[in-house]
Formats: sequence, structure tokens, C-alpha cells
Amino acid sequence: MSAERRPSMLGDALAQVGACGLFLLQVLAAVPKSLRHFRETVRQVWFVGAMSLVIIMTCGLFVGMVLGLQLYYVLSIFGGTAALGTVVSLSLYRELGPVVTALLFAGRAGTSITAEIGLMRATDQLAAMEMMAVDPLAYVAAPRFIAGIVAMPLLACVFNALGIFGAHLVGVSWLGLDNGTFWSNMTSSVDVWKDVVNGVWKSVAFGAVVSLIAVFQGYTTPPTSEGVAYATTRTVVFSSIVVLALDFVMTAFLM
Amino acid sequence: MNTPHASAAGAALVEVRGLRTVLNGKTIFDDLELDIPRGKITAIMGPSGTGKTTLLRHVTGQLAPDAGTIRVDGRDVPRLTRSELFDLREKIGFLFQNSALLTDFSVFENVAFPLRQHLRLPEELVRNIVLTKLQAVGLRGAAGLMPSELSGGMARRVALARAIVRDPMLILYDEPFVGLDPIALNQVLKLIRTLNDTLGITSILVAHEFAAVARAADLVYLIAGGKVVARGTPDELTRADSPWTRQFFGGEADGPVPFQYPARDYALDLGFPATAGGAA
Repeated sequence: MSAERRPSMLGDALAQVGACGLFLLQVLAAVPKSLRHFRETVRQVWFVGAMSLVIIMTCGLFVGMVLGLQLYYVLSIFGGTAALGTVVSLSLYRELGPVVTALLFAGRAGTSITAEIGLMRATDQLAAMEMMAVDPLAYVAAPRFIAGIVAMPLLACVFNALGIFGAHLVGVSWLGLDNGTFWSNMTSSVDVWKDVVNGVWKSVAFGAVVSLIAVFQGYTTPPTSEGVAYATTRTVVFSSIVVLALDFVMTAFLM
Repeated sequence: MNTPHASAAGAALVEVRGLRTVLNGKTIFDDLELDIPRGKITAIMGPSGTGKTTLLRHVTGQLAPDAGTIRVDGRDVPRLTRSELFDLREKIGFLFQNSALLTDFSVFENVAFPLRQHLRLPEELVRNIVLTKLQAVGLRGAAGLMPSELSGGMARRVALARAIVRDPMLILYDEPFVGLDPIALNQVLKLIRTLNDTLGITSILVAHEFAAVARAADLVYLIAGGKVVARGTPDELTRADSPWTRQFFGGEADGPVPFQYPARDYALDLGFPATAGGAA
């Protein structure tokens, strides 16, 4: 046992990153071929996007309501509660919308992508496709990767909308803030390009990263029940870390 | 077994020469040579773990060998590019040991899958082809079921229908008889024979059931220890007088194939002093 050289954790992690990078190139190369399976891509957008709507909408509403409460309290110390709409919407558009949506997306859609592809691997379905001369990268991997990139920004927009609605519910309907002030302050201080569109770019990047990790983990899982279980866990752990790290980098560049 | 390779070489659809495969440090094949004659049913038999499924994976290019050549219809499989390999695979049907049906699709869509992926056929034609193939395996009535609603034997017959849906030139059957009841087994046997007789499809059959194989196969290879140890028609093999065939087809418990996985002394493992007899 002692004679065996155990690979270090750092070496392991670097090897995974390298393998994931190569996998990304393979998936990108398979994207043109996957356009032949356009219906499959649409089905996947529905599966990872529409099926995630309930969790995204519920969480968006509650995040907005909590933001409304917390920020109302903080702003009231400075006598600036009129800025509630502005502060809530800016924090949602620029930060919370893309990031929280990506974390929820990893938990809801990422895990199901990994488990589905992992089980297809374990039950020889991917090998069967190979044998029928159908490239699983084009038929299975690429449509799910594209679906993640398409669905994430849309989900983030829904999350933002519900979040602002939640803050409005708390601030205006409950705590008695003026409705006109809430909206007019928001519209006058939020910039479409700098705030909204930059947030959308972030969610596109997060969608690509989360779906790449999910597809990669499923595609390369050992074909055992334990392997699929570990792969699903790794999808959530790696996605969360990478999303938050990438968020910092992107924020620094997009500021 | 005495038949020289050369007699079949001209008609061989699959030629394996000097095949050497090492998986996880274990030598699976060591200089394996065999020919699969065109238009015949060839059975590959041998003890468990001898690499029969691995051989099928070599033939279809799913696994590259460490040395040697595998030619299918004149093409050297390990040297083909991915798209050339896919071209070749369009002419090969493969029946997986565990059926490998696509769980998201119904029985009908599973059988239609290869047609829809590669050909642009009118829906009516797809429907007729699929129903014909399902009728051949006795499951036309199950077309609307999902794979999760099928028994193991039914799933295998659906997989068989899918493997033959494009009338391939070569079909590889990996353990087609496991889990089939006697009625289905007879039907599948008859089907394999009919496909071969009427369409001239070459078949490679990996199976353990010698009684079933003897009824279908024209030629049997017995592989053990990484090499071909016997070759001939089922009749020749039952009559052959080699220790391999006696053990494998005669049902002798002891012979060249050890029943026990290599282990240290049995008595020692149980905590007693070692005996002179060793592991045996």
C-alpha cells in the first residue's frame, strides 16, 4: 500500500479541470451536429428551464421579500426608505439574480442532468447510441449544454421580476412606502446596459459553467450506483464554487 | 479444430489477427486469431471472464486492442476515424447483454430510433418497418409500452428488433438467451436462424447455452486463456477429444479451466496450518 503513489488532491483537481476543458472542446465540436437533433434541444430547454420555474419563482419571491424587509430597516436608519426600490433592484440585477438562480439551477437542473446521463452510462444507453452510429456527444451532451445556456438567463430574469414583486409587496403593500416613489426611483437609477444586461451576461456564463459541469460529471461517472451518487454531489459542490468564484472575476471586469 | 484458417479466409467478414489485449494489468487475449465467415452464424463460447464481450467490443471499435488487427468487411477497425467507424456501425447490429433500451422512449420509438437518426423516411414507412420487426419478435402489441414496463426477456426481444431494424450485414449477439423463457428462447433462436437464412446476415453469437448454440450455429469457437482452444461445427466439438471440449461441452467439473479463482491455501485462509495440497 505504502509503495503505491497516491495522487495528491491538488493533482487530482487539476486533472479534473483539464479533462473538463477537453470535454468542453468535444461538446463544442459536437454542437453543429446536435442542430440536427433540434427537437431534443428544445425538449431539454423545457426540461431544465420550464421545469425549474416553480423553484426559481418561489425563491425569487421570498428573496425579494426578505430584501425588502432588511433593506427597509437599514434604509430607515438613514431616513432613506424611498430608495428601497432602487437598492433592491440593483442588488437583484447585478448580483443576487444571476448568482442565486445559478445555485438553484445547479441543485434543480444540474443534478438531474448528471443523474440522467450517469444512469444512461451505467445502463449502456450511451454505448448503445454509439453502436447505432449516433454520437452521444451530439445527441445527449450538446443539447443539455445548450439548454443550460438558453434557460439560465431566462430563469434569472424571472427570478429578478419575482424578487422585485416580493420587495414591492413588503415595502409598499405592507410597510406603506409610496408606490410611485418605489417605481420612479428604481427606473431613474437603474441603467439597462450597465445593470440589467451585465447581469444577463453573468447568467449566460453561469448557465454554461453549471451545465458543462453537470454534463461532464454525468458523462464521466463510473457506471455504478455509488459513482452516480458521487457525481451528482460533485455537480452541486463544483458548480457552487465555480459560480461564486466566476462571479467575483466577472464583477471585477464588468464594474 | 483441424480446419485450417485459410479455408474460411476468402469468405471471412471479420478477420482477427494477432490480437493482444491487456485490461487492468490482466491479459485478456494473447495472439488471438479467428475468422468469422460471411453469411454464417458463428458462436463464440468460453468460460466466464474469458473476454467474449471484449472481443465484440473490439469488432465494433468500442475498445482498441494493444496489438493486432481486426478487419471487418476489409476495413481495419482500430485505425478507422470516428466518422468512418460510424459509417461501419450503421451496417452492424449489436444486441447488448442488458438490452440498453433508451428509457425515455417507448418500445416503438426505441426500435424506430436508428431509422429516425439516419434516414429521412415518411412516417408511414417508419411505422410499417418498426411494426414488422416487432411482429418478428412477437411484441407488436407492446409497441406503446415503456421499457420500464417490460420484463427482462421482453426488453431483450425489443433490443433485438432494434438491432435488426436496418437489416445490417453483421449482427453481434451478446448473451441473447439469458433470461428468456423456453418459448421466447425458441422464437429468438428461430429468428436468428431465419435472419441468417433469408437475408444472409452474418451473425456472431456469444452465449453459454451449448444446447441452444448447437441448434443455431454453423461454427463454434471455444476461447480460453486468451486463445482459440477449439474450433469446429457443434457436432465436431461434441465429438472432439480435447480436454477443453470435454470440460466445456461434456460438463466435466475438472479440467483445464479451474473453477476456483486463484487463491492462497484454503486451510491457511481458514486459520489452520497449511496443508501440502495447496489451494486446490
